[in-house]
Amino acid sequence: MASLNIAGVRKPAAKGHGGAHVAHHKNTSAMPVERMPVPASVTIPLSQHIGAPNEAQVKVGDVVKVGQVIGSTDAFVSAPVHATISGTVKAIKPVRIVNGNMVNAVVIESDGEMALSEDVKPPVIESKQDFLNAVRASGLVGLGGAGFPTHVKLAFKEDAGVDTLIINAAECEPYITVDHREMLDHPQDILSGVKEVVKWLGFKNAYIGIEDNKPDAMQVLLKTMEENEEFKDVVQIIALPSTYPQGAEKVLIYSATGRQVPPGKLPSDVGCVVMNVQSVSFLGRYLKTGKPLVSRSLTVDGGAVAEPKNLRAPLGTMYSDILEYCGGFKEEPYKIMAGGPMMGLATIDAEVPLLKNNNAITCLAKGAVKVKPTRACIRCGRCVEACPMCLEPTLIEKKAHLKDVDGLNKASVMTCMECGSCAFACPSGRPLVQYMRLGKAIIREAGAKK
Amino acid sequence: MIDTKKLTVSASPHQKSAATTTRIMLDVIIALVPAGIAAVLVFGLRALAVILVSVVSCVLAEFLSRKAMKKEDTVTDLSAIVTGLLLAYNLPAGIPFWIVALGAVVAIVVIKQMFGGIGQNFINPALGARVILMSAFPGRMSAGAFADTNRIGWGVDTVTGATPMGLVGLDGVKEGAPTLMEMFLGTTSGCIGEVSALALLLGGIYLMVRKVISPIIPCTFVATVAIFCTFAQGFDMYAVAYELLGGGLFLGAIFMATDYTTSPITNKGKLIAGIFCGVVTCIIRLWGSLPEGVSFSIILMNVFVPYFEDWTAPTPFGFIKEKKQKKAKEETKA
Repeated sequence: MASLNIAGVRKPAAKGHGGAHVAHHKNTSAMPVERMPVPASVTIPLSQHIGAPNEAQVKVGDVVKVGQVIGSTDAFVSAPVHATISGTVKAIKPVRIVNGNMVNAVVIESDGEMALSEDVKPPVIESKQDFLNAVRASGLVGLGGAGFPTHVKLAFKEDAGVDTLIINAAECEPYITVDHREMLDHPQDILSGVKEVVKWLGFKNAYIGIEDNKPDAMQVLLKTMEENEEFKDVVQIIALPSTYPQGAEKVLIYSATGRQVPPGKLPSDVGCVVMNVQSVSFLGRYLKTGKPLVSRSLTVDGGAVAEPKNLRAPLGTMYSDILEYCGGFKEEPYKIMAGGPMMGLATIDAEVPLLKNNNAITCLAKGAVKVKPTRACIRCGRCVEACPMCLEPTLIEKKAHLKDVDGLNKASVMTCMECGSCAFACPSGRPLVQYMRLGKAIIREAGAKK
Repeated sequence: MIDTKKLTVSASPHQKSAATTTRIMLDVIIALVPAGIAAVLVFGLRALAVILVSVVSCVLAEFLSRKAMKKEDTVTDLSAIVTGLLLAYNLPAGIPFWIVALGAVVAIVVIKQMFGGIGQNFINPALGARVILMSAFPGRMSAGAFADTNRIGWGVDTVTGATPMGLVGLDGVKEGAPTLMEMFLGTTSGCIGEVSALALLLGGIYLMVRKVISPIIPCTFVATVAIFCTFAQGFDMYAVAYELLGGGLFLGAIFMATDYTTSPITNKGKLIAGIFCGVVTCIIRLWGSLPEGVSFSIILMNVFVPYFEDWTAPTPFGFIKEKKQKKAKEETKA
């Protein structure tokens, strides 16, 4: 892609190392997000975040309305879960979620009304603490990544020198286009969300990082800021190169500010907080309406789906219902995964519920996946060239084979974020990401023994 | 609706690049074709016969040794064909076929498979075999062998005589040496694959365009020889050009020193390796008793690779120097 030149768009502060030139496959970028019809029932796992699990606040037979809290806990690192449709609680039972874990879930049978709970009203915010409480009450977790509760991320110490808010709109995974659509269709929500976060948490800089394959999104945001006095200069747009993994937190922070997050440290340690564009957009809406996180938009694509779509579905909708709404398959699916093809989790079947941090269902057809025979490493160095964390994956693989704890530490395996650029590039088809995970496990085990 | 028994479940990433070992080796083979054509034009069909014997012996040796070790067959990765071509390119056209076959067995069985097969050998198999053949059959591997081509009756009349590298030294280029144009095109004497700088350059450019090799080693290797010779030859640029075009410099710098397995994996390491090869080549050529030093310089470099890599290991992300981090912080504040 030619270098982008739009007035008012900043260039990255630093150029990261490596990355993978993955085909973009952004087939659905011209499709606005459509609202999926209410499914007959939803299965809402009580824990959809990193942190303490929630306890059920309803029992079987209860009648619930949209936005009513059905799971919560007093623990700080957690986020409540709300009813996403109105109806009757049919069961509370463990279900398998996409990563294979069994999690307690509330099954709600729809009454078709989608009646809004009386608890849903715009939050009254007069202080930073009110703001953080409201964010927690909204049930928001990082909508693009691991599902870390947002209010925890935002509760950094005031004297920690955190000065920069970075909105992640890179959307570097192939196929996924919901972030792109969010910017085209709801720029005001995004900007008002950013404005509120900046206002209550006192950031000095606010950036939004967008890959340069989405110039139209940049134009829309610029135009919205120009035309509305209230959004004037709310956020500075940074045009990121369209190279995977620009949307990885550490890579994004480096591109936007030139700061490097050391291994084992948090973005706030270098003065940054990163939020997904969907998350701020949700906050923008939530602060006006008070409607908690009960649905999310996602891309359903990947070549095997009959009618690829961007759609908004209630959380807890089964993948099978979503895929059925998308017309099933036109080709036999080879892999179904939550998320994109680079970091997504492959699932064993479609009987898993949609979670808060689940931005796509990607169904790859058989021919779409290159299956390479696994051969010996020829030391070509493509993995070293590709690693955005400047590691030597082939060396780490050998150290992991040897269970060499010192060697693994020296090779800094813990810095790996498992983006998969090395395994993507490897001509010998070596499962390098698994070896990275093995290397980390070996170090953890050795640490536990001490 | 969905037959879940047919879904594949595996770890990410689910997409892979198009690069495969076989495709890389095929690219190297394609890049070696021009030099092969040049060799047949210069030395006649005898050169083609040597190439074929070498390739077939290498592939057979690979197949049989894997079979004997009860390991999976690796002939399909095409690396044995590359070794076969490179070995043939490093031999004189008049060499007896049985020596070629012996060299192939040494390269594949002793140097490659005994150390674990593809990716595990610590020196380049073709070069290792060449050096062993040179020690075992010095007469048949050196100058005399080149003149033999005609006697066998397969050769082309114009090309006989000593290798050009015997005709250049610290006192400049001697009488009777071929012209620079002859050296560039390759209508001189020498090993099968090394004579035509033009053909080798074409192959090198192909490999760089296909991103199979990085230009670092070839460029630093050739540049180091050029600079070193410029000073050593007292700015006699004719002699310097002669040093660059003659001998196995292009073949070595483009195809042998860049061998993945036996060259450093880091870019800085490649830089050091290229300079190292250039310096050692010049020392051997100018002050050593052998006319040519490219093979030995590359083998010596191969042995040092683990050190070069250790010295040049990249600094992982996040281990940025404090000063730089501070500067980045201040810049975004402003």
